[in-house]
Amino acid sequence: MLNKLSIKIVLLFLFLGVNNSHSASEKMELIEQNWPFNGVFGRFDKSSLQRGYLVYKEVCASCHGLKHVSYRDLTGIGLTKDEIKSIAGEYILMDGPNDEGEMFEREAKPSDKFVNPYENDNQARLANNGAYPPDLSLMVKARAGGADYLFSLLNGYKDFPEDFEASDGMYYNEYYPGKQIAMPSPIMDDIVEYNDGTDATHVQIARDVTSFLAWTAEPELEERKSLGVKTLFFLILLTIMLLGVKRKVWKDVN
Amino acid sequence: MKNNNENQEQKGVTGWIDKRLPIFTFMNHNLRDYPTPKNLNYFWNFGSLAGITLVIMIITGILLAMQYTANTDLAFESVERIMRDVNNGWLLRYIHMNGASMFFIIVFIHIFRGLYYGSYKYPREILWMLGVVILLLMMATAFMGYVLPWGQMSFWGATVITNLFSAFPIIGDYIVTFLWGGFSVDNPTLSRFFVLHYLLPFAIVGVVALHLVALHQFGSNNPTGVDVKSENDTIPFHPYYTVKDYFGLGVFLIVFAGLVFFAPNFLGHPDNYIPANPLQTPAHIVPEWYFLPFYAILRAVPDKLLGVLLMFAAVLVLFFLPWLDKHKVRSANFRPFYKQFYWLFAIDCIILGWVGAMPAEGIYVLIARIATAYYFSFFLIIMPLLSKFEKVSDHLPSSISSAVLSKKFDNSTKESYVK
Repeated sequence: MLNKLSIKIVLLFLFLGVNNSHSASEKMELIEQNWPFNGVFGRFDKSSLQRGYLVYKEVCASCHGLKHVSYRDLTGIGLTKDEIKSIAGEYILMDGPNDEGEMFEREAKPSDKFVNPYENDNQARLANNGAYPPDLSLMVKARAGGADYLFSLLNGYKDFPEDFEASDGMYYNEYYPGKQIAMPSPIMDDIVEYNDGTDATHVQIARDVTSFLAWTAEPELEERKSLGVKTLFFLILLTIMLLGVKRKVWKDVN
Repeated sequence: MKNNNENQEQKGVTGWIDKRLPIFTFMNHNLRDYPTPKNLNYFWNFGSLAGITLVIMIITGILLAMQYTANTDLAFESVERIMRDVNNGWLLRYIHMNGASMFFIIVFIHIFRGLYYGSYKYPREILWMLGVVILLLMMATAFMGYVLPWGQMSFWGATVITNLFSAFPIIGDYIVTFLWGGFSVDNPTLSRFFVLHYLLPFAIVGVVALHLVALHQFGSNNPTGVDVKSENDTIPFHPYYTVKDYFGLGVFLIVFAGLVFFAPNFLGHPDNYIPANPLQTPAHIVPEWYFLPFYAILRAVPDKLLGVLLMFAAVLVLFFLPWLDKHKVRSANFRPFYKQFYWLFAIDCIILGWVGAMPAEGIYVLIARIATAYYFSFFLIIMPLLSKFEKVSDHLPSSISSAVLSKKFDNSTKESYVK
């Protein structure tokens, strides 16, 4: 009886805590999406990933890097080796020194990491009004709420409320901590043209690029979940059998 | 029976070896014949589970260390390389990461089991104290391990915790500089934390060995808390407890695998996927969940030094348990008053953990203070008073066998306590 009471008390405290923490920081409820990669059997939607890559390449990549991802990794979103080779070939990076001691420029290869839009952090800041555009490789894992947060952020731009004290060169976003963000709304209807016939609406673009960044953050997700299902299946079977053995062995103990 | 086995071992290659190096006799005594109370419940599974988890942590840790680079410029990237480019690196790292959490869950349950059944009492005082040493080593190891990925929480957690030592008068600043190997948390700090994180687990293995030696001196305690009186009270460890431990291991691995494969970052903090930035402090610096109760105690006190001392005292007080609780009866099943305070204490620890995750302001500070007050009163006031004034129950069974045989009797005693 005491146990039940104690559980109730703890639950009450937890409930109060969750409520308080929400009201204290005035956080917006995130827009929850039913992502295909959620859940035990979650898988990426490859066509969405490819559209998302297009959005990254044509929109985000002008400011944001993907330094933990290699071009060769793009096989994970369903691109062929030849496609990847030609994608990598579009980028120039500094290499060297060569045999004469000179640095030289060359085309990127599939084994290279994504070429950063800026040569260094200071250049990135200078080009962006002092704000540093963070690397996006891990963005979905590095924010509470994950993919839902990113999707909400991309859909969260509004005009400043009248009583809001806005700083210079900032934009209003309901989901950003502090509600002021240095990045202008990066996407709009038809900012990219999808070649698979999908309507390039604002929401669709946000969804695709979020999926793509969920993949860059957790490229192992599909392998992890499918191995997980097999592992659990094996472990549950094994444990049931062990329970049987245990019961049999213990039968003669009074 | 013992002689019988020894005679059998004399034959063949094993016999030849055993005569010169009695390793098989040793294993036989400690893993097979080892007489164990027959009434152990599933809470007694957590000792072996802790040992297995330690082995899992060491194996995955060694494999990770082969790929990890302890340098502030490279650490974060090397972890990402493990996650993306090393074959099954993501699996190794997620097992290691979540294994730390599982290790603490198991050890906390193990400790609370000891607390409930009075396993720290005569003659198991040193066994208990060695356990507290293991807990301290684990905490140090886990703290330093969390620094290695060199994310934002790694860096700021390390900064906050090491800075605690500056609270000590005169020598404080010197200690902090000494710990850091410089004037801020930087490359020397990271590389020494890596070395110690690799070293300490082997120290834990050593203390675990001593813990087992001390355990096997008098054998396991049991749910009645009554000493083993005759052979009727015990069964051989193998096959009874080996199979029971295997089953427990199966259940544990299901939970563990569920976390590793389907929610690997559930217990972590998203900020640790942001590379460490000494110029940008995160909004809330939160330690790993298993440190939250101690973090709450630290923040409950307005004075920094006193807070630090209380936080350390919260663990160190466990050393003195055998002398704080001198009540003759071990098991809380036969100590109705202690039992009530025990459950309050368990709730208190959960409240401390919860309040440790909240910002230190408003109502949370008050809750943390009340919870801290109860934490220490439980050990320093309630335990000594109860050992003096709580009567020895009439229901205390005379032996393990009599308790096991009269289940009816057991049920009736339970009911009388609820009333």
